[in-house]
Amino acid sequence: MKRFLLPLVIFLVVVGFLGVGLNLDPREVPSPLVGKPAPAFNLPRLDDPEKKISNKDMLGQVWLFNVWASWCGACRDEHPVLVALSKSGAVPLYGMDYKDTRQEAQQWLDLGGNPYIASAMDADGRVGIDYGVYGVPETYVIDKAGVIAYKQIGPVTEEVLRNKILPLVKRLQAQ
Amino acid sequence: MRRILCLIAGFCFLINIGWAEEARPLQEDVVVEAQVQRLSEELRCLVCQNQTLADSHAELAEDLRKEIRELAAKGMSDQAIIDYLVARYGDFVRYRPPLKSTTVLLWFGPFVLLLTGVAGLFVMLRRREKLAVESALSANEARKVSELLNKES
Amino acid sequence: MIPEIGHFALILALLVALVQGSFPIIGAARGNAVWMGLARPAARAQFLLIAIAFICLAYAFASMDYSVTYVATNSNSKLPLQYRIAAVWGGHEGSLLLWAMILSIWTVAVSFFSKHLPDAMRARILGVMGLISIGFLLFMLTVSNPFERLIPAAMDGRDLNPLLQDPGMVFHPPMLYMGYVGFSVAFAFAIAALLGGELDAAWARWSRPWTTMAWVFLTAGIMAGSNWAYYELGWGGWWFWDAVENASFMPWLVGTALIHSLAVTEKRGSFKAWTVLLAICAFSLSLLGTFLVRSGVLTSVHAFATDPRRGLFILAFLVVVIGGSLMLFAWRAPTIARGGKFDVVSRESFLLANNVLLAVAAISVLFGTLYPLFLDALGLGKISVGPPYFDTVFAPLMAPALFLMGIGPIARWKQAALPELAKRLRWAFGVSVATAIILPLLLGHLTPMIGLGLFLAFWIFGTSVNLVYQRLRTSEQPLAMRIKSTSRSWWGMVIAHLGIAVFTLGVTIVKGFESEIAVRMQAGDVAHLAGFDFTFEGVTEIEGPNYTASRGQIRITKNGVERTVLAPEKRMYTVQNMPMTEAGISPSIIHDLYASLGEPLDGGAWSVRIYHKPMVEWIWFGCLMMALGGLLALSDKRYRLKKRTDQAGVVEAKL
Repeated sequence: MKRFLLPLVIFLVVVGFLGVGLNLDPREVPSPLVGKPAPAFNLPRLDDPEKKISNKDMLGQVWLFNVWASWCGACRDEHPVLVALSKSGAVPLYGMDYKDTRQEAQQWLDLGGNPYIASAMDADGRVGIDYGVYGVPETYVIDKAGVIAYKQIGPVTEEVLRNKILPLVKRLQAQ
Repeated sequence: MRRILCLIAGFCFLINIGWAEEARPLQEDVVVEAQVQRLSEELRCLVCQNQTLADSHAELAEDLRKEIRELAAKGMSDQAIIDYLVARYGDFVRYRPPLKSTTVLLWFGPFVLLLTGVAGLFVMLRRREKLAVESALSANEARKVSELLNKES
Repeated sequence: MIPEIGHFALILALLVALVQGSFPIIGAARGNAVWMGLARPAARAQFLLIAIAFICLAYAFASMDYSVTYVATNSNSKLPLQYRIAAVWGGHEGSLLLWAMILSIWTVAVSFFSKHLPDAMRARILGVMGLISIGFLLFMLTVSNPFERLIPAAMDGRDLNPLLQDPGMVFHPPMLYMGYVGFSVAFAFAIAALLGGELDAAWARWSRPWTTMAWVFLTAGIMAGSNWAYYELGWGGWWFWDAVENASFMPWLVGTALIHSLAVTEKRGSFKAWTVLLAICAFSLSLLGTFLVRSGVLTSVHAFATDPRRGLFILAFLVVVIGGSLMLFAWRAPTIARGGKFDVVSRESFLLANNVLLAVAAISVLFGTLYPLFLDALGLGKISVGPPYFDTVFAPLMAPALFLMGIGPIARWKQAALPELAKRLRWAFGVSVATAIILPLLLGHLTPMIGLGLFLAFWIFGTSVNLVYQRLRTSEQPLAMRIKSTSRSWWGMVIAHLGIAVFTLGVTIVKGFESEIAVRMQAGDVAHLAGFDFTFEGVTEIEGPNYTASRGQIRITKNGVERTVLAPEKRMYTVQNMPMTEAGISPSIIHDLYASLGEPLDGGAWSVRIYHKPMVEWIWFGCLMMALGGLLALSDKRYRLKKRTDQAGVVEAKL
C-alpha cells in the first residue's frame, strides 16, 4: 500500500535539504540594508579627532565602506588586499574603526599601511549597530545616491574583489 | 574643639561599619529593566552559537542590550524596539519568527498536523470497526471475555 | 605505541563488524546455522577490540600524551584526572569512539541475554547492529581518527572546554549515549522482524525490556543535561530548545510512543506496523542527532568542530541506514497481518491516539529545528526559531496527550464506554479544574498557561490516585499482599505517569512564579527577594587546579534565622583564558535560591543576580520518577521467566 512509502518519501525530502544545508553557513546574517540608504553617521576622524566625517561627504561617488579594528584577526588577512585596492585607485575606500582606541588603531595602520582615504572612529559601536555590523571585518559597497548596493561579510579576498565587488562598482560608476 | 571633631569622626566611622546598606538595583529604572529583560529573551545573540541576548556575555550582546535599554528609556514599545533591530539585522535576530508568508507553515503546520493526525485516527478507527476480522462472539461470550481481560490488566 | 594499538584495534573491530554484519543475516535468510552462529562470537570480539581502543585513548589522556592530536586539543596537564578521562568524549572523535563503545556494549549484552530468541532472529539482530557499527568504525577510521598523531608533539594541551569541567560531564554524555544508542536494539529487532517476516506478540515481549532500558537511560541522560545546565550556566535556565537538545528530545518522544505501542502489540497483537515504524524512527532520530551535531548545518552551543567531509559521510550513512530501513518497511509492512479488532473507544484507541500525539510533537520539534535550514536552502531568507516559538507551540501540542494519560489506563481493552469513563473520572476532573483556578489565585498570579499546566498536573495526580485506589480496594487480601500481587509493570506505569505530573507541576510553577533581581552589592549590603534577606559578605580570591576564582559569600536569612551561606564563584580558566560562573544554589523541595556573581564594579562592589525558583527541583525529580517507573517495569517477573516457560508460551504467527 502506498501509504507505507510515506515515511521514506518524507525522509528523502529532509535529506535533500540537509544535503543543501552542508554548503550553507547557518551563522551568516544577510543584511536587510542592501538596497536601502546607508545609515547616516557623523563621526570624528581617526587621523584628526577635531574633524568629523559623515556619509554625506561621499555622496555623488561610488565608495567602499570597510569596518575594521586593530584587535581583529581576520582584518589582518584582508588588509593587504585593501592596500592593493587603494593603490589601484579603482574605487575610493573609507574605513570605520569599530570599538577601538585611537592609539592602537593608528599603530596598526602605521604597521600595515593605510588603504583608507579616511577612517571614522566608532568608539562605542553605535554606528556599527545602525549598519548591522555583527562581526568585523565587514565591507559595504555604496552607490552615488548613498544606497547600499552590497555587503561583504567577513574579509575581502582577491576572489570576492574580482568576482563580486569590482564588477558591481564598475556598473554603479557607469550609472 | 578637637574633641568634638574626634567625636564627629568617630561617629562617621561607626555609621560606615555599623549600618548594613540596602543593595541598590543594578539599573535604576525597574520598569525599563523589565522590558529590556523581556526583549533580551526574545532576541538572538548574533555572534554566539545559539544564545539569547539575555544569556550571552559577548560584547555585541552587551552593546545591543545597552541599545535596547536606551530605546526603552525613551518609551519605545516592545514592537518598535524589535522593528528597530530587525531593520538593521533582519529577521534572524528574532527568536520568535514573525508571521509572514514564509513562516505560515511554521506557525500553523504543527496544529494542522495535529488535526490531520487526529482526524486520520478517527477515520482509521471507524474503518477498523467495520472490518469483521474475528468471528463475532455471542453477547454472553463477549462479556465473559472482557471480564477476563479486565482482571488480567 | 599505545595509541597505535588502539588504532589497530579499531581496524580489527571494523573487520569483525564486517563479518558480523554480513554472514549472520545472509545465514538467517538461507538457514545456514554456521553463519548464523558467527553472530555471537563476532559481537563479543568486537566489544573486546573497541574496549581496547577506548582504554588506549583513556590511557593517552591519563598519561598526558600530547603527541596525539585529540589529546592535545582537549586536555591539559593541569586538568584534574577525572576530567582528563571525561575529556575522552569531550570532542568529536572521542565521542564517536564512545558511541561505538556503547553500541558494542549493547550488542554484547544482546548476545548474552538472547538465549530465548530463535536463532535466525538473534542472528539478524546482531547482524543489523554489526552493520551500524561498521558505519561508525569506518567514519572514525577515515575522517575522524581519535588516534591521529601530532608531530611534533605539543608541549601542553589546549585544555578541555571549561564548561565541560564538571561532574555533569562524567554522567551526562555516557548516559545519553546509552539511551540514544540503546534504541539501536529496538531498531535491530524491528529490522530483524521485517527481514524474517515474524512479527507477533512474542517479538514485542522480547524487544520491550531492551527498549524500556534504553528509554530509562535517555530519560536520565536528558535530565542530567538539564540539571547540569541549570547549575553550571549561571542564570538558572534548564532548557533552551537548542538544536542538540531537540536532537535528544525527539528520540525520547518517539521512544515513549514506542514503549506504549510495544505494550499494545504484546498484549493485543495490534499496532504492529506502527510499532515497527516507531522503532525505526526512534533510532533514525538518534542518528539524525549525530548528524546535526557534527555537520555544521545548524548552530548549536553543543556543536562539535565541523567539517563538511564529516557531514557528507554521516549524511550518506543516514541515507543507507534510514533509507534502507524505510524501504524495507514500505515493502514488508503491508504483509504484516492486521491485529485484533477494537472499538473507537477502547484502551487501544487511546494508546493509538497517544502514539499519534507524541509523533506529531516529535515532528513539530523537528520541523521547528530544521525550518531555518529549509528557508535558507530555498533562498527565502534567514530566520531564527528559538525558545519563544517552541514554548508557544509545544505546550498546546502535548496537552491532549497529558489529558489522555488520565483516561487510557482506566479504559478497558477492546471496548470501553465513554459514559462509564466519564463517571469514573469526574472526581479527578473536578479537583484538577478547581486547583488550577484556585491555587494560582492564592499565589497571586493566574494566566491561561499556568491554569492549563496545573490542571494537567493535578488531573494526572487525581486519576492516578483514583486508579491505584480502585485497583487496591477490589480484593479481600491485606494491603501489603494486594500491592505485591499487582505486577511491577503496572506500578512502573503509575510511578512514571506520576513522574510526568510532578514534572509538569514543577515546570508550571517555576515558569509562572519565578522571580529575580539584579543588584549592585558591596560587603555588608542586603538584598531582598521572596521574603529572604541576602547579605553580601565580600569576595575572596582563591586558586583551583587550573583556574583562579573570585568567590563571593552570601548569607541567606529569613527573619533573622540563617538558612544557609552561598558561595558563587567567578572563575577564570587560565589555559583557554575563559571566564565561567559557578552559581551558588540553596535547593529545597519548595524552591531554590540561586545567586551568581556578575562583574566586579567600582569600589569593590560586584553585580549580583539573585533568583527565586519555586519548585524547580520537581522538574528533575519528575524525570527521576519516570526513569524509576521504567526500571520497575523492567524488573517485572515476566521478563525473568525461565526459558522453558517462554518456549511454551510462544506462538509463531506465520505470514
